[in-house]
Amino acid sequence: MSIQTLSTGRRAKDLTVRCLVYLAFAVAVIPLVSVIYLVIKNGMARFDFDFLYRSMKNIGPRDAGGGAYHAILGTLQQVGLASLMSVPIGILTAIYLVEYGGKGRLANAIRFFVDVMTGIPSVVAGLFILAFWVLFLDLNYSGFAGALALSVLMMPTVVRSAEEMLKLVPDDLREASYALGVPKWRTIVKVVLPTALTGIVTGVMLAVARVTGETAPLLLTVFFTDSINANPFTNAQMGLPLFVFDQAGRPNDTAIDRAWAGALTLILIVMLLNLVARLIAYWRSPARGR
Amino acid sequence: MAAIAVFLIAEAIPALQANNSSFLTELLWTPNNTPPVFGIGALAFGTIMSSALALAMAMPVAVGVALFISHYAPRKIAGALGYVVDLLAAVPSVVYGLWGVIFLVPFMQGPSEFLNEYLGWFPLFSGDPVVGRSMLTAAIVLAIMILPIIAAISREVFLQVPRMNEEAALALGATRWEMIKMAVLPFGRPGVMSAAMLGLGRAMGETIAVALIFPATFGITFGILGPNGNSIAANIALGFAEAGEVGRGALIASGLVLFIITLVVNMAARMIIARRSGASA
Amino acid sequence: MAKQIQVSGLDAYYGAHKAIADISMTIEPRSVTAFIGPSGCGKSTFLRTLNRMHEVIPGARVEGKVMLDSDDLYGPGVDPVSVRRTIGMVFQRPNPFPTMSIYENVAAGLRLNGRISKSKTDEVVEQSLRGANLWNEVKDRLNKPGAGLSGGQQQRLCIARCIAVKPQVLLMDEPCSALDPISTLAIEDLITELKDEFTIVIVTHNMQQAARVSDRTAFFNLAAQGQPGRLVEMDETSAMFTNPSEKATEDYITGRFG
Ligand SMILES: Nc1ncnc2c1ncn2[C@@H]1O[C@H](COP(=O)(O)OP(=O)(O)O)[C@@H](O)[C@H]1O
Ligand SMILES: [Mg+2]
Repeated sequence: MSIQTLSTGRRAKDLTVRCLVYLAFAVAVIPLVSVIYLVIKNGMARFDFDFLYRSMKNIGPRDAGGGAYHAILGTLQQVGLASLMSVPIGILTAIYLVEYGGKGRLANAIRFFVDVMTGIPSVVAGLFILAFWVLFLDLNYSGFAGALALSVLMMPTVVRSAEEMLKLVPDDLREASYALGVPKWRTIVKVVLPTALTGIVTGVMLAVARVTGETAPLLLTVFFTDSINANPFTNAQMGLPLFVFDQAGRPNDTAIDRAWAGALTLILIVMLLNLVARLIAYWRSPARGR
Repeated sequence: MAAIAVFLIAEAIPALQANNSSFLTELLWTPNNTPPVFGIGALAFGTIMSSALALAMAMPVAVGVALFISHYAPRKIAGALGYVVDLLAAVPSVVYGLWGVIFLVPFMQGPSEFLNEYLGWFPLFSGDPVVGRSMLTAAIVLAIMILPIIAAISREVFLQVPRMNEEAALALGATRWEMIKMAVLPFGRPGVMSAAMLGLGRAMGETIAVALIFPATFGITFGILGPNGNSIAANIALGFAEAGEVGRGALIASGLVLFIITLVVNMAARMIIARRSGASA
Repeated sequence: MAKQIQVSGLDAYYGAHKAIADISMTIEPRSVTAFIGPSGCGKSTFLRTLNRMHEVIPGARVEGKVMLDSDDLYGPGVDPVSVRRTIGMVFQRPNPFPTMSIYENVAAGLRLNGRISKSKTDEVVEQSLRGANLWNEVKDRLNKPGAGLSGGQQQRLCIARCIAVKPQVLLMDEPCSALDPISTLAIEDLITELKDEFTIVIVTHNMQQAARVSDRTAFFNLAAQGQPGRLVEMDETSAMFTNPSEKATEDYITGRFG
């Protein structure tokens, strides 16, 4: 034989690593399966009409029944308000960074802050709004304060993803538009933004999905309530993640059942947002993928 | 960001002045007593301990997952499998907390006793009593939560390894693992390290999941199987509702410490990346 | 050490696309064989089937037979990893490992087969770098990154890395196409020296280079656009360049197409 064979040791090592790598993937997927299975199984018990359309008002500590309507309503308002604040600002910042800022000092400073902001713990964002809004301005806990905290978390994600998408727009496109004598702002509005739109929408939806599940900032800014408060600008509100946290910390099974049902609702909302975002991204580039 | 620091400091100062002990070294946290006594010691220890444990558990799995998707899984399904791992990141932390406290805590009782019985000589696994609601369980939940981000970043850097370097290794007669060791891992190391730092930062700031699981004690214990454990973030979530004026200020002061720690960790992560791209440019 | 390669009826595919069809040839030991032909006719593909590098591309496969002396490279139970160790390869673009020093690059393949002593490694590294005519240029900076060398030096480093594992055949895919004329000359000289020890196959776009370094030349072409590439003819280089038997070969060599 002129071809030397591979030594058993090397072959065994290669095989071992292959097995370990497959195992790692399995280990990573087990919790996901377990979480989703348990949330669906336990969540179904109370995922009913009452849960979706009633609040916790007048529900005693040991009572069954009750619902998360007040929390779902609160979450929708808080996330909606947060998006209203952070999406325009985030996209405008990204446009500034890509189209105007270039490599200038201000643009780099903004990029640096955005980078660092991406990493701040959500509880710190909550503390910040607490310190600023509730303690310094002496305003009330409210859904709006929660929305402020959420937008602190959302803004950097929106800026980053929108920036990436705008950078993907080829320069040729811009130059072609300038060559036709179209002013810069019109080029951005008519050419650059439409080209990057689906990507930006995907990024925004992922950011929305992320903050929808945030609990800690709400805890410090909207406080708790068991009743429906449809006005996000005054007094304590509830949020769905907060509802889950609150119920999960109670000792009775009826509360735990409500917590699971809340978790199921929350996961449905978040996964739906994720799925739609991915579908938009996929539909935009059907040929992509590794 | 500077605004964050300013407001946090402004709100923390009165409480720090009222404190009857050293904020940096005191273990107890009783800011609502008269006189108030509180310190960051035990909380900072718990934060670092739980995050380091989580990182130690998540790293090997995350790198394995990243390699699986970049170099082992069949191409056609690799993208879909990567998406499955990303889904882990989409589960809200409060759901992990609920899962952890209802399912994982009782589940961990057996394995913890097993560890204690057979590996009890090792300080981490020593101690009595052994419970499911422990530092270890909290760290496992944290590990699950930071795994997707580490895996996703590592996967991206592994996919960026120049094809020609991988082929060079294969042409030398390397097995797949030897090729990975020769071409992929050295190239990806800075990226993986910075992913680890980002994961560590996430673990330190994670609040709700661990707030539900931690037994919320104030002490420094190395045994991770006992009913001990707390963290800065969890303490804020749990202590906030009952906090009086000084209590709130104390929590804000602790939040400031958390902010600084995570800032340092995140900056370190960015610096690793920046140094790398500077060197290869 | 050098071995003869015998190919018969070889087809190679990328997924459903057949890139080369029905190639048969004999590559003689201790000689240089050049592959020439227009771009896209499958020279690289064919070269990569000779050490089973073709199949590392997802979806790629090979049909047919390649014999290295008496061993069937595609026979059952033959591990592609050991084939690649026996038949080394140098690529078109120099590809030293960017994270490794010059020394580590040369030692990289060596260390795969178990531990070797430091002194033995030193010896082989020096020998291989000398073999690649690079020793004098790098002996004072063996611990510097390989990526810091010039393109021509990097390519010789890759050759050193390849011969350090003592293969029997050296496959080179346009090893000079990314290099300047002086580095090209250095590599050509090296090839002439190396053929005493190895069976060498080189793909080149440069007719003069084929004429200068090779003993035998094989001309590949596409039968037609969209058809798989095939071997048109193969002969002694001198005969091929003075008196080709096919019209297409003459047209290509004289620069009338390709
Ligand atoms: N990685 C690949 N995937 C799919 N097709 C390929 C790949 N590499 C080469 N081909 C196809 O195989 C044919 C031969 O290519 P190649 O062997 O590179 O030609 P040459 O080296 O003679 O220029 C071409 O039609 C090319 O498009
Ligand atoms: Mg080629």
